[in-house]
Parts: sequence; C-alpha cells; structure tokens
Amino acid sequence: MPEVLLGITGKDFTLIAASKAAMRGATILKAADDKTRQLNKHTLMAFSGEAGDTVQFAEYIQANAQLYSMRNETDLSPSALAHFVRGELASSLRSRKPYNVNLLLGGVDPITHQPSLYWLDYLASLAPVPYAAHGYAQYYCLSLLDKHHQPDITLERGMELLTLCADELKRRLPIDFKGLIVKAVTKDGIKEMPFDNDKVVKGT
Amino acid sequence: MSRRYDSRTTIFSPDGRLYQVEYALEAISHAGTAIGILAKDGIVLAAERKVTSKLLEQDTSAEKLYILNDNMICAVAGMTADANILINYARQAAQRYLLTYNEDIPCEQLVRRLCDLKQGYTQHGGLRPFGVSFIYAGWDPQRQFQLYLSNPSGNYGGWKATSSGANHASAQSLLKQDYKEDCTLKEACGMAVKVLSKTMDSTKLSSEKIEFATVGQTKDGKIYHKLWSAEEITALLKEHDLAKDETTEERRARHDRREGK
Repeated sequence: MPEVLLGITGKDFTLIAASKAAMRGATILKAADDKTRQLNKHTLMAFSGEAGDTVQFAEYIQANAQLYSMRNETDLSPSALAHFVRGELASSLRSRKPYNVNLLLGGVDPITHQPSLYWLDYLASLAPVPYAAHGYAQYYCLSLLDKHHQPDITLERGMELLTLCADELKRRLPIDFKGLIVKAVTKDGIKEMPFDNDKVVKGT
Repeated sequence: MSRRYDSRTTIFSPDGRLYQVEYALEAISHAGTAIGILAKDGIVLAAERKVTSKLLEQDTSAEKLYILNDNMICAVAGMTADANILINYARQAAQRYLLTYNEDIPCEQLVRRLCDLKQGYTQHGGLRPFGVSFIYAGWDPQRQFQLYLSNPSGNYGGWKATSSGANHASAQSLLKQDYKEDCTLKEACGMAVKVLSKTMDSTKLSSEKIEFATVGQTKDGKIYHKLWSAEEITALLKEHDLAKDETTEERRARHDRREGK
C-alpha cells in the first residue's frame, strides 16, 4: 500500500512511474529500487504488493513473454499480455498460496502504435484505463488526473502531470517513498525519463 | 525388400526414406483436388468433391472445407476421417489461444501447431501418419491475408497459389501460368474455377462437384469467411461458362427435393 504506482497514456506514449523505496515494515531497505520489468520491446509492467511475490511473479511473466517472442518471432501485444497476466493471477488466486501482487501494464501496440494501459490487482481484476494508480497514491492522484488528463496529451504534458502527482504525494502522503522512477513507452521502445525527485514541496 | 521398413513409421530405409510418409503423400494424390489462391483483398479456396454414388445425400454439409477459427478456414485433401481429428485439434488450439490472450491466434502459429502434431506421427512408433494435406486461408493483423499448405510429413509453407490432391502437378502449373500479382478476390475466384475445370475429369462442372469458400474483408474492415451455397457456385460457374446445362428432368428433381417431396 505505501508503494506508489502511476500510469498515464497520451497521444503516442504510455508513462509508468513507480516509487523507489523498498520497504520492510517501517524500515527503508533501499532507496533506488526499480519496481518495473520490461516484458518485450514495447510493453512495461510495474508491480507492488508482498515482497518476494512481486519480483517472482513479474519475472515469471517476463520470462513467458520473452519465450513467446523467441518461439514466434513476434511480440505479444500489450492487450494480449494483459489478458495473459490476468489469467495467471486468476489461477494463482485459486491456488493454495496465491500471489499478492498488484500491477500496471503499459505499452504501445507494435502494429497500430496505439498506446494502452491496463490496471490489474491480486484479485485478477483487469481494466483498460487512460490513467491509473495503485495503493495510497490512488487517493491523492486520481482526482488530479481526473481534472487534468486528456487522451491526446504530449509526452511533455504527461511528465508535467506526473510532477503534479509527485508534488501532491510529497505534500500529503505521510511516508517518504524516495521519489519516482519514470519510464516512457513509445513506438521506438522503452526509455527511462529524467525526473526531478529532489524538489522540496512544503505542506499546506 | 522394402517390407522390412514399411511396417514402422519410425524407421528410415537404407536409402534414407520414410516409406509410410511417402505412402501417405501418395494417398493424398488420389484424393479430390483442392486449390487455394491469394488475392490482394482476400483468399479463395476451392475443392473437388468426388461424387461416389447417386444415392448419396449431396446437399449435406461441406466435406472438404472447414472453418477453423474466426479468422481462418481450410481445405482438405486426403482422408476425411483423419482430417476431422486434426480440425478438432486446431479448433481447440485456436480457442485455447483466444482464452489465454483474448486475441485470435496468428495464422502461422495455428498451422505450426497442427504440423507439430503431424510430425509427431512420423516419429513415434506404432502409429501411422495422418493421410491429409491442408490448404489454410486466414488473416491476422501482423501479416494480413495468408495462404499455407501442409502435408503428412509435418512440413508447411506459405504460398500465393497452391494445390493439393489429384492432378496437383497440373493444377500447380496452371496456377503458375495464370497467377497475377495483386489480383482481386473476384479474379481469383474466376481463376479457381477455370483451374478446377481443367484438372477435374468432367469438362462441365456443377455445384454438386465442387466446394467453394472465401476469406475477405468487409468495407468497414471486418474479416469474414464464407462457405458458398450451391446457388452461388452455380452463378459463378455460369459467369465463366463452365456450368453443366441442367436437363429439365434434373431441374425438376432438384426442385422436388427442395420442396421436400
């Protein structure tokens, strides 16, 4: 829950942001944690939830996506991957020890170049959304995004919206999440975006 | 001499051949011809239906053309009984893919799944290979319209125009002669009936002797596949002047049958 996951789609991109703090109870173990995995050239997945489950599950999905790409010489689309992940979560949920993982899956379609974002939780809910958040970040960021998000925004505007969200989290979330790691998915692939995490935001 | 090697699919003959697989291929070359032609806006599949007896019910379902998936159909040359097993397998594989990924299976993947199964039967002992060749016609977003041919050995390939079954060599050379790059689906249909009329024994065709199916795209971009009705086939044959003239008697008989008399 204290982990922050954010996702925004725009005209020709999908942005995914995740908090950098790796926590165990009240202790921060690491301040430069990357809670994302690249599934293929144009699909990225961010994860939060129970420590151990998260990385295990994400890398299992990543391995399956890469196996598919290798066998078929073509990549699965973000939509196909999202449904595959949902299926895996659904069967895990009904097993003896279910994975406790929440995910955001973003990408651009390799053929149509349409950006997309999928919201998934450990109960195997799946929803395609224009923007999304997981955990406490939902309470602070969804209202901001409701107001400011437009489906045809540029990447620069997308980054501005993320800064808006980060400022709000710093202002109101009583946990230091150690800033955000931001990655952008475009038709050219996935790249990490520079993001100013040192900006000090005063409380109201 | 070759009997030592005949009885097992799994064993190579001293000159490096698999007799059972070759026999399966031979069995196919006695079956009714099937052809497939790729056009720029669709694909046509046509097959010869061998009429074995006058008493056999003719207007029952298609026996050589099958729907595999929302985006794929196939034509069969060879043993129908074997084909049914493979078609059932293909339909299941396609639905399983749809369930997992919420997308239609890409054409080549489905072809490969079937060919993997066919290949297995050339290697594992005690089983004979499937005596069928398939011609697949399908569409997927990655590679648009596609035409494939597979045979009992488990080999497959993509084609612009291909044939299988009796006289497939002459059908193939006719296709090679007549095929035009970026022909329309309508032209391809015409070419298909012309090739069939030349490779089949009888000179005049009728809707009872051939089956026809097309994969195409509607104006709003949706992919459809269609198994043609007897009336549509007759109309096509008439258009190309290949239809058998119906005698008055035959016409009456057909009319009576439809009325349920």
